Amino acid sequence: MGMINGIPLNWYIILSSILFCIGVVGVLSRRNAIIIFMSIELMLNSVNLLLVAFSTYHADPNGQVFVFFTMAVAAAEVTVGLAILVVMYRNTKSTDIDILNRLRG
Amino acid sequence: MMQQYLFLILGFFAVLSALMVVFTRNPVHSVLYLILTFFAIAAEYVLLNAQFIAVVNIIVYAGAIMVLFLFVIMLLNLNKDTEPHKAQWMKFGAVVTGGLLLLVLVGSLKGTETITHTAFDNSAGYIETLGKVLFTEFLLPFEVSAVLFLAAMVGAVMLTKKDIK
Repeated sequence: MGMINGIPLNWYIILSSILFCIGVVGVLSRRNAIIIFMSIELMLNSVNLLLVAFSTYHADPNGQVFVFFTMAVAAAEVTVGLAILVVMYRNTKSTDIDILNRLRG
Repeated sequence: MMQQYLFLILGFFAVLSALMVVFTRNPVHSVLYLILTFFAIAAEYVLLNAQFIAVVNIIVYAGAIMVLFLFVIMLLNLNKDTEPHKAQWMKFGAVVTGGLLLLVLVGSLKGTETITHTAFDNSAGYIETLGKVLFTEFLLPFEVSAVLFLAAMVGAVMLTKKDIK
């Protein structure tokens, strides 16, 4: 029950759970802010995969429109985030997040 | 049967390259592995009959966002030597935390089989269907996302400007 191309929905759930947890490990174990950004992108993509899977299994296009908007917001977020990183590098000569433990003006 | 093997191979590639993103030392290699992950995920979208999302995923993520990452890494001249490292026990703790989260997620979602009907039509992921929904039901969010992009663009330019009067 609930199979498309012979693939159960559970397989997609497990695959996106694995990808999401790899992203969480990346955020927790790295100090370079750019790698942390990339791990967040990985988590966003795993959620997108899950949304598309549910959308297809319910034959409902709304989920895929939602994925489209997620991608738009992710693109805007990355633009601003990388701009902040460049400014931070200009001030501290590093992208190490442990330097940023005192956010004062 | 063929599709199942395809899913497993693509999933294996996606997970392997995602692990390499997190555990490789060189940031440039991380970006390249992340592009590989995105291609594997796009192939999974094709397997799900979501061709439009697959193409958008490649254009937006692998094309635009990862080029931006690569550009910033090369601009800041980051490489293996400048890479900061966390203490060994913190890395170990991160892996244990991630593993426990995976265990909880899989354990709680494993038994859910909520879909009882399989009224499956191929047309849900086609660009025609998506376009109709996007420009009727979701017209306002679509236009508002343009405002969001304008704000992001202005913000990025303003942040990276050297001296603001």
